[in-house]
Amino acid sequence: MSQEALIQLRGVSKVYTRAGQSIPVLDKLNLDIASGEFLALMGPSGSGKTTLLNLIGGLDQPTTGSVTIGGAPIERLSSNQLAAWRAANVGFVFQFYNLMPVLTAERNVELPLLLTNLSAAQRKKNVAIALDVVGLADRAHHKPKELSGGQEQRVAIARAIVSDPKILVCDEPTGDLDRKTADEILRLLQTLNRDFGKTIIMVTHDPKAADFAKTQLHLDKGRLVEDAHA
Amino acid sequence: MKLFGLIWANLFRKKTRTVLTVLSLVSAFLLFGMLQAVSNVFNAGADFVGASRLITQARVSFTQSLPMRLLRQIETVPGVAAVSYAQWFGGIYQDPRNFFPQFAVDPDRFFVVYPEWTLTDTEKERFRTIKASAIVGERLAEKFNWKVGDQIPLESTIWPTQDGGKTWTFEVAGIFGGKDEDWDARANLMYLNFAYFDEERQFGRGGAGTFAVKLADSNQAQQVASAIDGLFENSPDETKTQTEKDFNVGFFKQIGDIGLLVNYVLFAVFFTILLVVGNTMAQSVRERIPELAVLKTLGFTDFAVLSMVLIEALLICLLGAFLGMLAAAGLLAAAAKGLQIPFSPGDAKLWLQALTAAIGLAIAVGLLPALRARSLKIVDALAGR
Repeated sequence: MSQEALIQLRGVSKVYTRAGQSIPVLDKLNLDIASGEFLALMGPSGSGKTTLLNLIGGLDQPTTGSVTIGGAPIERLSSNQLAAWRAANVGFVFQFYNLMPVLTAERNVELPLLLTNLSAAQRKKNVAIALDVVGLADRAHHKPKELSGGQEQRVAIARAIVSDPKILVCDEPTGDLDRKTADEILRLLQTLNRDFGKTIIMVTHDPKAADFAKTQLHLDKGRLVEDAHA
Repeated sequence: MKLFGLIWANLFRKKTRTVLTVLSLVSAFLLFGMLQAVSNVFNAGADFVGASRLITQARVSFTQSLPMRLLRQIETVPGVAAVSYAQWFGGIYQDPRNFFPQFAVDPDRFFVVYPEWTLTDTEKERFRTIKASAIVGERLAEKFNWKVGDQIPLESTIWPTQDGGKTWTFEVAGIFGGKDEDWDARANLMYLNFAYFDEERQFGRGGAGTFAVKLADSNQAQQVASAIDGLFENSPDETKTQTEKDFNVGFFKQIGDIGLLVNYVLFAVFFTILLVVGNTMAQSVRERIPELAVLKTLGFTDFAVLSMVLIEALLICLLGAFLGMLAAAGLLAAAAKGLQIPFSPGDAKLWLQALTAAIGLAIAVGLLPALRARSLKIVDALAGR
């Protein structure tokens, strides 16, 4: 067991039950991810990429095995404990941005900070910094429908980093974007990894997107089948 | 509250839907305000009198008169401080729509038993000494522009005069008010001089519809009532004695059980509103399942999400209730002025009832969607399952 690994998965299996049938998704998976890593998870549909991402992000719990992050096992935390843990440790970026359509960009970015004890002024300052990092300081008062797809994803990334989590979990972050915009987003993620020390785990189908990561892992039928360094 | 901005924004996510929902709530609470005010007036007519008086009537019905000889016997019952008597007159002033209650009373006894009505000594004396006289409440005098000395013709629907005529004429001997706001608001009736009425009526002479008994101690109401009824048990003039409040309730029930009718109507209205707003809330939450899942992903707890949905339901219900009650208050104020009915649009009790109804409605319409939001699994919700 590597001492430097920020994320450690040991013997992790996940079985879903759908319509009375057991569907194994992950099979006794072992994985170490070092702090500061930028990892691309690839594989065919149904290979377990998103399930693995959900386990690392604390959105789901393994059927068996352990998920240890920063030395703390999270697989046995209660729903409320996991919620608090996610708020403090993980930022999430989704394929379809998942912004609140009724809120402006700055209000969307502020959401994770509402769970902290920061004052309104401090929250405003942190939001401004996050929007500045993603290059959208001038769009703070725009609602999602007034932004392009790339801009929406930048707002989502600002929301993911505003509470300064150690880990960014990205599920197909460029899946809904054109090549040029996708590359801009991926370069932004690279910057967050390189300059801000964020550990990034990204699920993608796109080999070109995966090339932006430091490491690529391939999953097939719930098992890791390949390990290639970019 | 930090999340208020998000809750408020969600409320107006679909403006047309929200406006229509609020309008349906406004209609419901407008009806609630109006009907509850009517019900409160009827109940207040019973409530405000307290329990310091008893009313004795014929056991069969208060429309049947009791002989005057009962007066002396009632006065002998321990705990009775004073006794007055009254007879419903049932006259019409110019037009049946000008309805107001009239009772024939004995001036001397009346003011002892009902000290709540205020009148100058001169007016009391005039009422006592002028045979064909009446005293009128301030609200009534104001409505018909009556002054002391005016002759008021009343067409009797029950009591013909000695010569067979239906028209009685009474001189206004005085104009009375109430000892406080409650009594003032009810000063819309007329009291006639009993002696003249009794002398002039063609039949029923020497009888009174009810006896009003002033108690020496209001805590003795039950015992005194039983003692009075016991006096006349198994006699041709059996009586039924009850507190003035119970008597008034019974009197209003001759018109209909207003409270029950109001409750039926309100139940139907609120049941319909429950379905309308409940469906809207359920739809609104169903549309936002992915967003609620994102909130949970960001670290919002199950309880926080549940609270948000419930508060949203509460806000929409409170908004509708407030606007509806405001509209009802406006209409009630106009009705109070025009119809001489003591509606109290600003009545704290009425607003408290509306607040309770709004909170109850919010819980009823918000709880199921809130529980659904609370229990949703992030992974399934994000995957659209």
